[in-house]
Order: sequence, then structure tokens, then C-alpha cells
Amino acid sequence: MQLLEFQAKELFREYGINLLPSISSTSIEEGRIHAKKLGYPFVIKIQVPVGGRGKAGGIQKCHNDDEFELKYPQVFGLTIKGEKARAILLEKMADIKKELYLSIFLNRSKRCYTIIASAEGGVEIESVKNQIIKEIGMGDVSDELAQEVVKEMGLEGRTADDFVDTLKKLSKLTIEKEAELVEINPLAIMQDGSLMALDGKFVTDDNSNFRHPEMDKYQEKTEIEERAEKSGFSLVELDGDIAVVGNGAGLVMSTLDMLADNGGKPACFLDVGGGATTESVYEALTLISKMKRVKGILVNLYGGIVKTTVVAEAFLKAYEDNLIDLPVFSRLKGTESEKAKEMLKDSRTKIFDSIEEAINAAVMEIKN
Amino acid sequence: MTEIFDILRGNPEDSDYKKKGVIVQGITGAYGSLHARNMMAYGTNIVAGVTPGKGGQKFDDKVPIYNTVNEAVDATGAKISIIYVPAKFFLGAAKDALESGIKLLVAIPEHVPVRDTLEIIGIAKQKGAIIIGPNTPGIMIPDLIKVGIMPPMPFKEGKIAVLSKSGTLLYEISDALTRAGFGQSITIGIGGDPVNGTRLVDAFDMVKDLPDMEGLVIVGEIGGDSEEILAQRIIDIGFKKPAVAYIAGRAAPKEKRMGHAGAIVMGTYGSAESKISMFNKANIPVAKRPAEVPVLLAGKMEKSD
Repeated sequence: MQLLEFQAKELFREYGINLLPSISSTSIEEGRIHAKKLGYPFVIKIQVPVGGRGKAGGIQKCHNDDEFELKYPQVFGLTIKGEKARAILLEKMADIKKELYLSIFLNRSKRCYTIIASAEGGVEIESVKNQIIKEIGMGDVSDELAQEVVKEMGLEGRTADDFVDTLKKLSKLTIEKEAELVEINPLAIMQDGSLMALDGKFVTDDNSNFRHPEMDKYQEKTEIEERAEKSGFSLVELDGDIAVVGNGAGLVMSTLDMLADNGGKPACFLDVGGGATTESVYEALTLISKMKRVKGILVNLYGGIVKTTVVAEAFLKAYEDNLIDLPVFSRLKGTESEKAKEMLKDSRTKIFDSIEEAINAAVMEIKN
Repeated sequence: MTEIFDILRGNPEDSDYKKKGVIVQGITGAYGSLHARNMMAYGTNIVAGVTPGKGGQKFDDKVPIYNTVNEAVDATGAKISIIYVPAKFFLGAAKDALESGIKLLVAIPEHVPVRDTLEIIGIAKQKGAIIIGPNTPGIMIPDLIKVGIMPPMPFKEGKIAVLSKSGTLLYEISDALTRAGFGQSITIGIGGDPVNGTRLVDAFDMVKDLPDMEGLVIVGEIGGDSEEILAQRIIDIGFKKPAVAYIAGRAAPKEKRMGHAGAIVMGTYGSAESKISMFNKANIPVAKRPAEVPVLLAGKMEKSD
């Protein structure tokens, strides 16, 4: 899970990393009160769990009431990379001398945590030049290593001291909260040489959630996502009209790819996990019935041990209960497939021998 | 002969040649017991189970259960263990195995925190042990030994090595290979997590020198750069045997985890395009559909004849 900026900053504050005064709100009424408290000038920042906010107009300077009344609703109304605003952060404007970059992340290929620092911050990491990269094992940063980074960055005086302090606090945060990525970009040098975290990015390792009940408050789930998680499903909602269901992440991704190759638009990625049962397929259909944009369902199940008749039962039950009235295009690999076909003969579910045939039929029928 | 075959199959002079003992950790759980029976039915020599507190009992009236891996190893001398415990108990179970001298540890659980995986990899390095997983379907030499959860039908003894991040795609593609007459010498599930005990490149190193291997199939997916690293390695050592790849997730949106903890594209890092272009550089064709894998492999084999 990627936290919102203001949530990441809550953690930064808890760990003593320097921040400018800021307040988050979810309505303009609330925002007006905060604006008075904070005083102009400040920056209005959209809170979405994706990058590229600045380019999309999601960060606006604000100098007076008129600008505030105009820009707050503007920024709040933006959708960035499909993500609507979760909140607005008002943050005091700063007089900055220079911008730095600092992050600690899980380095997948080296299988350790790694620091990236640069004396040139403010842009996306891919374009950050002169990166200083240090592998740090399980995430601990010694004084010696912190000093080494400071030296390579050419920092001096108060800025150097602040940097060592920030880096060590960031390391502690990464370890204690089991982050996959903690990033400060930009980490600003102020006129007096001190450092301030102007932005914050924090990605958790969701598999460690059971050890971090204190992070539960940052969980943001729709009803559908919550039900999916309860059933042990993986669900990613997409904006097309054909729901894609299967067992196993790789198989469902592969089905998504083939559907897109054939001109179909996936409405979701739904992995029901290891085995498929009547109950799990029925629950998957229940979740899909709640997605209004769906016009058809593509099912790709590779059941080594799964009986396809068990899956067919779920389809029949879903029609019988009026849960769905959508056409289902399905490829079921497993035992008793002839019997399953017979069961579904007069229903709106068609069974195909290959996924390619199922996709072709789905794309043809949904387009019309 | 490479190390992985020494461990899984052994050599003709070994008293336990082709019947290497395997310990099942979590054998009394619903999942562990189901798959212990499936492995035995496949012919895998399950010599012991481990469930703390149930030492002294027997599983299905024949497999002795111990409280710790240490006791199980003392009694059986097994070097292979497979873990079926829930993710939150994985760290303890894996430490128990590695500290008891297990040399091949197959880690089935999904949702293991990445710090626990890192810690286990650190211990495995010190002990000279191999970790397969976590979040893996396991490892098998078809028709000889299965240490994992794969259904048996897709696989057949043969000469193609299959390395895969995904479980169901491993079954799907092995099935297609088998139907096309390409049996498998070994299949290794790397796992779908961001950090793997055995990376694709490590798995490749395990199999690349097999004398009777006739081809290699790599089943990758979006996320990380292990496919790119493997492709670079294939270029660097001038590996010439026919190889074909498949990459899942071309149509996946960025910055979304697609089912597997590791299947996520961040910026351009982990994208399907990056992986496909590296495989192309290594002269490895990338199939667009699972069913295309055997077709491309047959084409490569014809050329190399």
C-alpha cells in the first residue's frame, strides 16, 4: 500500500524528521479554517496515492482568499492517473535554497535495502542525476556510512549535520514500519542551511501488516476490495467492460494480456487463488455483479484437481439467484468438463476448449 | 551433475539414489496433509513430518511426526524440507530447518513479510543451503520427485528445463509443452514475491550445465528485473541451447500489484517491455500466449539442429 503524502508525513513527524507546518482537510469548509490557522502564502496539494501530481496541476500556490476559493475546489476535483483526491494538504510555502533527493528502498535484485541520495532533487527518480547508491543490508545506517554519503554529496555545516540526522531517522522508520520504499523528494535546503522534507512517499510491505496494527488506520478499501480480501482473492479494478476471473496471478495476468491483444477491455483482474470451489466462484460472481460497467465475464480456470462441474454449479446458482444476468465465457481445464458443458447447455454460460476461443467469443459478443 | 540434482535425485552409488528423503513441516495442517499425501502418491519419499507438540504421533499411520526439524533430521538424515505453515510462522520454521542442516528448503507460503525472507536468505547463505520460494509451487523432476503443490498431470519426464515465477502458468505451459512432445528435465517455481530465495538467474545457473538438457523455457511476469538479469547472463556466458520466454502482465496498469506481491511496475522498472526487449537482445523469442511457447521452442530447435 502506498500512503498519501500527509500520512507519510505523520510518520516522518513521529520520527522527528523536519517538516513545514501543514494541515489536511476533506472539504473546503474545513480547508477555510485551516487556511486561517496556517496563514498565506501556502501550497494546496492534492492527496492521491500516485506520482506526477505537479505535472497534472495538483499542486498550486495560494496567496490570498480569492485564490483559495478558486483553487481549492479545482485541485480537489482533479483525477490523476485514475485516482480521485482523497484529501487536500495545505502546506506553508518555503523559501528554498536547493533541493536534494533521498530514499531507502527494498532492492529486489540485490536482495537488501539500498539508499539513493542525490544533490539534485525535485524530479522523478528515473531522471535524478548523479545518484549516490549504498547497499545497507537489512536497513541499518551507521554513522560512518551516513558521513560517507554526506561527503559524496558535498554537503557542509548545518546541512551536513541535518542530513545525517534525517538519513538515520529514515532508516529507523524503514526498519520499524517494514517499508518497501521511503522517499523524500525534494529534501529542501532552507536559507538557514537546515533541511525540510517537502514531500513524502511511503510504500508498506502489505505482507507485514499483521505485525503493524498501528498502520491499520491508513488502510483504504472499498466494500468490494474488503470482501475480496476476506475470501483470499486478489482484485484490481480496471475501467473496461469484461471482467476477468481465474486462479493464479500469472494465469489471470496472461488472460488480461490476451484479451487486450484481441481488442477487449478488461473490467477487473480477479484471482480467486489456489483451488476453485462452488463457493469461491459464486463469491467472485457476487463481487463482479457489484461492478456496474461489466457487460460480460471471462473465466479462465486451470484446475489440476478442480472438478469443472463444481464451477458450473456456481454459475447455475448465480443465474438462479438472479445474482447475474451477464454472459459468461469460460475455459475450464480440469476433470468432468463434458458433464459441466451439459449442465450449462441452456444457460448464458458458454464453455470453450481453449482460452483463445473464449476470448474471441467474448470480444465479438460484448462489442455488439 | 549440478548440485540441485545431487540433492533431489542423487548419484547411482548413493543408497538412497532416486528416493531422497523429504521432511514436511506443517504436515498435520489441512494444506500440509493434503499435499503430503499428493507428494507420496507421486512417488516422493516423505520420511518425516514436523508439527510442534505432535511429536511421537504418526501421519496416516506411517510417517513419523517430530516436534522439531532437528529431531526429524537426526532420525532420517533428510536434506530436503518443505514448509506449509502459515506465513506468520514461516520465519521460525525456516530457521529450524536451516539450523538443522537442511540443504534444500522449499517455502510454499504466500504473504511472508519481505524482511523475514531477507533474514532467511542471509542464514541460507551462511549454511550453504538453497531456498526455493517463498510463494512458490515448488520444484520437481517429473516422474521422479515432486517437492511442491503442483498437480501431476501437466508434467512428463523429458529434456526441457522450465523456470517460472507463476504457479498456474507453470502448469499451463508445461501442459502445452508435454502435449507437443516436450517433457521436462526439471521445473523450478521461483515464486511471485519481490525477493526470492532462488532468483531466476540462480535457477538458470542450477540447470545450465545439465548435459542432457535440450531446451530452456522461462516464464516471467512484470515486476523487478530478474528477467533482465537472466537475459544479460545468457548473453554474457554465450548460452546457446534453444530458449524461449513468456512474460505475463503486458496489459497490467502501472503501480498496481497484480495478485503477486512482486508483480508491480514502478515507473518503467519492472515493465513487460523492458523484459521483452532484453530477451530479444539475448536472441530469446518471447511468446505472446502460453500456447505459443512450444511452437517457438520447436522453431528454435529446428534452427539449432
